[in-house]
Amino acid sequence: MILVIEQLLNGLQYGVMLFLMAAGLTLIFGIMGVINLAHGALYMVGAFVGTWVATETGSFWLGLPAALVAAMVTGVVVEALVVRRLYARDHLDQVLATFALILIFNQLVVLIFGRQPVFTPMPELFSGSLEILPGLFYPMYRLLIIATGLVVAIGLYLLINRTRVGMLVRAGATNRDMVRALGVDIRLLYTLVFGLGALLAGLAGYMTGPILSVQVGMGEQILLATFVVVVIGGLGSVKGALVAGLGLGIVDTMLRAFLPTLLLHFMEPSDAQAVGVGVSAMGIYLLMAIVLLFRPKGLFPAEG
Amino acid sequence: MKHLLSAAILLALFIALPFIADAVGQSSLMILGARMLAYAIAAASLNLILGYGGMVSFGHAAFFGVGAYVVGILAYHAGGDPLLGFIPGTNQMLITLPVAMIVSGLVALVIGALSLRTGGVQFIMITLAFAQMLFFFFVSLTAYGGDDGLIISRTNALFGLNMRNRMTLYFVTLVIAVLFFLVLWRIVHSSFGGILAGLRQNERRMSAMGIPAYRYKLVAFVLSGMGVGLAGALEANLLRFASPDMMHWIKSGDLIIMIILGGVGTFFGPIIGAAAFMLLEFYLAGWTEHWPLILGAILLVVVLGTKGGIGGLISRLTGGRT
Amino acid sequence: MSAILQIEGLVKRFGGLTATDHVTLDVREGEIHALIGPNGAGKSTLINQLCGELVSDEGTIRLAGTDVTQRPETDRIGMGLGRTFQIASLLQESTVRENVGLAVQAHVGHNMRLFDRRMARRDVWTEADAMIAESGLHGRGDTLVSDLSHGEKKQLELIMALAGNPRLLLLDEPMAGLGQFESQRMIEQLGALRGKFSMLLVEHDMDAVYALADRISVLVYGRVIMTGTAEEIRESAEVREAYLGAEEDV
Ligand SMILES: Nc1ncnc2c1ncn2[C@@H]1O[C@H](COP(=O)(O)OP(=O)(O)O)[C@@H](O)[C@H]1O
Ligand SMILES: [Mg+2]
Repeated sequence: MILVIEQLLNGLQYGVMLFLMAAGLTLIFGIMGVINLAHGALYMVGAFVGTWVATETGSFWLGLPAALVAAMVTGVVVEALVVRRLYARDHLDQVLATFALILIFNQLVVLIFGRQPVFTPMPELFSGSLEILPGLFYPMYRLLIIATGLVVAIGLYLLINRTRVGMLVRAGATNRDMVRALGVDIRLLYTLVFGLGALLAGLAGYMTGPILSVQVGMGEQILLATFVVVVIGGLGSVKGALVAGLGLGIVDTMLRAFLPTLLLHFMEPSDAQAVGVGVSAMGIYLLMAIVLLFRPKGLFPAEG
Repeated sequence: MKHLLSAAILLALFIALPFIADAVGQSSLMILGARMLAYAIAAASLNLILGYGGMVSFGHAAFFGVGAYVVGILAYHAGGDPLLGFIPGTNQMLITLPVAMIVSGLVALVIGALSLRTGGVQFIMITLAFAQMLFFFFVSLTAYGGDDGLIISRTNALFGLNMRNRMTLYFVTLVIAVLFFLVLWRIVHSSFGGILAGLRQNERRMSAMGIPAYRYKLVAFVLSGMGVGLAGALEANLLRFASPDMMHWIKSGDLIIMIILGGVGTFFGPIIGAAAFMLLEFYLAGWTEHWPLILGAILLVVVLGTKGGIGGLISRLTGGRT
Repeated sequence: MSAILQIEGLVKRFGGLTATDHVTLDVREGEIHALIGPNGAGKSTLINQLCGELVSDEGTIRLAGTDVTQRPETDRIGMGLGRTFQIASLLQESTVRENVGLAVQAHVGHNMRLFDRRMARRDVWTEADAMIAESGLHGRGDTLVSDLSHGEKKQLELIMALAGNPRLLLLDEPMAGLGQFESQRMIEQLGALRGKFSMLLVEHDMDAVYALADRISVLVYGRVIMTGTAEEIRESAEVREAYLGAEEDV
């Protein structure tokens, strides 16, 4: 039972990461109609720059703002130089241009930081474990990630539902032309949204650092899972990103944790391990297939 | 007439290639040439839905991998235990290639049926995700090598030809490619091809003319998957190897890049694009390990530098006729 | 006279907005039935509901006596429905001839043939060429749609719909944006088609409506406030107040 709760929390923590990524991606699509394959690259940039600063200074907390700023600045520059030219283009051009960005960013990171995986130092304050239930010691750092995700979710909720920018964002998600017609400085809004998405990706990337290794290609792994989240949640819906992100995070983690052991009852240990890992990696995609059968537009389709 | 000329030039080049390779003493160029043909088949198949049909699938490497694994798995069981206890393995190309096409077509049917329920950006993400799912599926197939892949001990047999000879293997591949492009030509210029081009331009109009878009798009998707499966089966024969990396999503991106380099929605473009891409990869990769950086930069310039995107450039050049 | 189209209590809501509000009307065999109403009254929405592009929230649609409310668009087209679009919706990258040819082909069938030669299909291309020659687009067959004038696009819209050999044609503002000469020609064309099939004609141009319509229905805020002959409509105080009067202010 304790094991299950522990894995549930792990799933929640992974789900939070997926949410941070998916929220940005879905907002960017919702407002600007752009599919950004390079979203994972921003995640990677945040992780690398933040980790570098943290390692140089020996402080996790100095790495954090560095990660956020690096990802956001990269995002804003990418928006200004590349993505801005893609708004009026078709999806094929968007896919290709942002795919090119992935190739470029991956190689740049190799050139600057090398191929060796690195680890982000754990913040000392959160390096221990907390006894959250009798007998269940859970790493404080993972709790910090979960808490961060919840704070971001609430922050986004307030931003979208209580501010002027949020009003535009909401209007933009349902009716893009209307926002254009409102005479708002659409460029600024786009840059802001893109920067925000990049910042969230950078946050996710950096926060992952102490748990998983920071390495080239880390962005693509999470990007594909993020796509599944966005598709299941409904394109353009932040609420969908939250629900689907947490849900998939939990499903994925539970499968990985328990499927190989379950399979031990049916097959050889070595096979059970490999098949269990493979099938649990397929889990979220199968889930997506099922959702598509019943809700082709996802759980929370944006109206319009 | 223009097309006939392009076809003749391309064919002449590909016939000359092995002799040139022989003359300069680099017979490995023959395998490269044969792989160009395989990738040309794959890119042209993808172009059927992407260029002619307007469906941007980012998961077509999946069918490439499926085709390769069909060859690999059938060869693995050839002369040994039957697959699943009742399907005998085989090493005969006349069987393996059609089976590879049928199996990839069936996989495309399932993936297409689901992903075509949506459109636009969702379609891109979903095809990408399903390909990734298949990638993990083959990683978990430990019986066939898991993520190490599956080594194929011998190239498939065909009419008692000596398939160990690189020249023979090359020309077998070339003949298959020529047959493939003849069939593709017929499809593109058929009644079905007309409907497909109409769906790309204006699905709403086609529905108003009584055309059920979903059904036609699904047929195109399956045909396209079959073609890519054939290409994967050829690649497996050329490399004598099948691995999950063949269906990595970067490969799907590579296929699209080949189409772009050659010209979206043009008949011969994918052949030129595939050849250009493979040469670029061959020489750049030998020159620097950072060659994706250069590829990325080229791609970015091509996409951003042409007004209205590549598609716009092409339709201006061809006056809109496909 | 029997009705080719019977609509009863048809409703379409967009969120809080009721675009068509319990619309009931019928189009008789061979009749030209005009539907007029101010902008935003729900005319285009109604057409989209009738052809099946939009799913209706309430009500029934009968085509030649058959309930098609739940049938998909392609079924309804197959039963003899045709439509034009208010904003021309054509194959932009193709020529006029390609557009018409595809429309003819779609109607003739054999669309799933994978290995025939499309360009060699006599049945399709003689028909398409004949249709273009008889229309206002003769001599323009090889022009790209993107190079056509607004009026020519409207012409092509009509030809494409006729290629489907409809029993009932839904026309969404065929004269909108046309000059006087072009409008007049369109009126004559439609007049010449009278009796060959039925039409539901959505139009703002009252001259055209009075010249063509056997009956007129007036749609305001999604509701049919009146159906009658041209005289009855002209004399109705309610209509003048709700619609014709407002028209003069515009
Ligand atoms: N897809 C849609 N989503 C939301 N509102 C719509 C949609 N289509 C039409 N409307 C609204 O429905 C009303 C009727 O529109 P329409 O049928 O186009 O009017 P008409 O053709 O009579 O000018 C308008 O207020 C319009 O804004
Ligand atoms: Mg209208």
